[in-house]
Amino acid sequence: MKAKVIVMPKQSVLDPQGVAVRDAVQHHGMSAVKSVRVGKFMEIEIDGEAADAEARLHELCRDLLSNPVIEDYELTLER
Amino acid sequence: MKAAVIRFPGSNCDQDCHLVLRELGVDVEYVWHKEEYVAGYDLIVLPGGFSYGDYLRCGAIARFSPVMKAVVEAAAKGTLILGICNGFQILCEAGLLPGALIRNRSLHFICEFLNVRVESSATAFTNAAQNGAVLNLPIAHGEGCYVADEETLRSLNANRQVVLRYCNASGIVDPATDPNGSVEGIAGICNLERNVFGMMPHPERACDARIGSRDGRIFFESVLAHLGVQSAA
Repeated sequence: MKAKVIVMPKQSVLDPQGVAVRDAVQHHGMSAVKSVRVGKFMEIEIDGEAADAEARLHELCRDLLSNPVIEDYELTLER
Repeated sequence: MKAAVIRFPGSNCDQDCHLVLRELGVDVEYVWHKEEYVAGYDLIVLPGGFSYGDYLRCGAIARFSPVMKAVVEAAAKGTLILGICNGFQILCEAGLLPGALIRNRSLHFICEFLNVRVESSATAFTNAAQNGAVLNLPIAHGEGCYVADEETLRSLNANRQVVLRYCNASGIVDPATDPNGSVEGIAGICNLERNVFGMMPHPERACDARIGSRDGRIFFESVLAHLGVQSAA
């Protein structure tokens, strides 16, 4: 089983990295690019098909892979 | 008085903290992050550095070190916990302090002496200073921008949990004196019980006039005063 996790800074949290990338993109000539936000993408491989895997992965996302104070996460499972 | 300086893989201010405490006459020990028992200490210091290479988020992995379970237990019992720089980040990740520290607004790693204003001397870590005192301390961080939601900020202010703010030499706090984009210029906060304190500046690097400032001693001397211990220095 495979899990994919996307972690993004919350909309309300300043993302200076995203602003710097947006500026670089605009310098590249794409002035239509309005905003960029930079997050993280994680691929997780899991042995077997544990029934509680999804619940445990959500727990993992909340406790370790993201910080709910500043980030949101999105979890997708591929069985 | 007994103090512990926790060492994580990547801690690099542990020796400075150890030295300052030793010079004040404190019985201080290093505690490796794999230790599961941290009992019998009056003060636990989480020093600065780059624990676990700052992977994932600063402090995110250190927070799950075996030693942190014991630190959380000690905090609940009222033991004084001081987190400096990376130590502050770890305390936030561990939920011992509210909010989080994110990338500096400028994206630069900032290493310089600046001024902070003591907003509350009513803590075990700042009782030797007056409210409003301006201290000259160094910062050295890439992720020191303190953020918290509005409700958290309101409660931090209402409960006088904001202990330090970045300011100019006259003690004025304004956006121009904020080096990293921290909300309301916050440089250090304590928990509601006031026994857990986190700060981004490095007091342990400002304890000797020969290296620029002695203002950092106030934090360690306050702890001694709080515990009723005579300083050896």
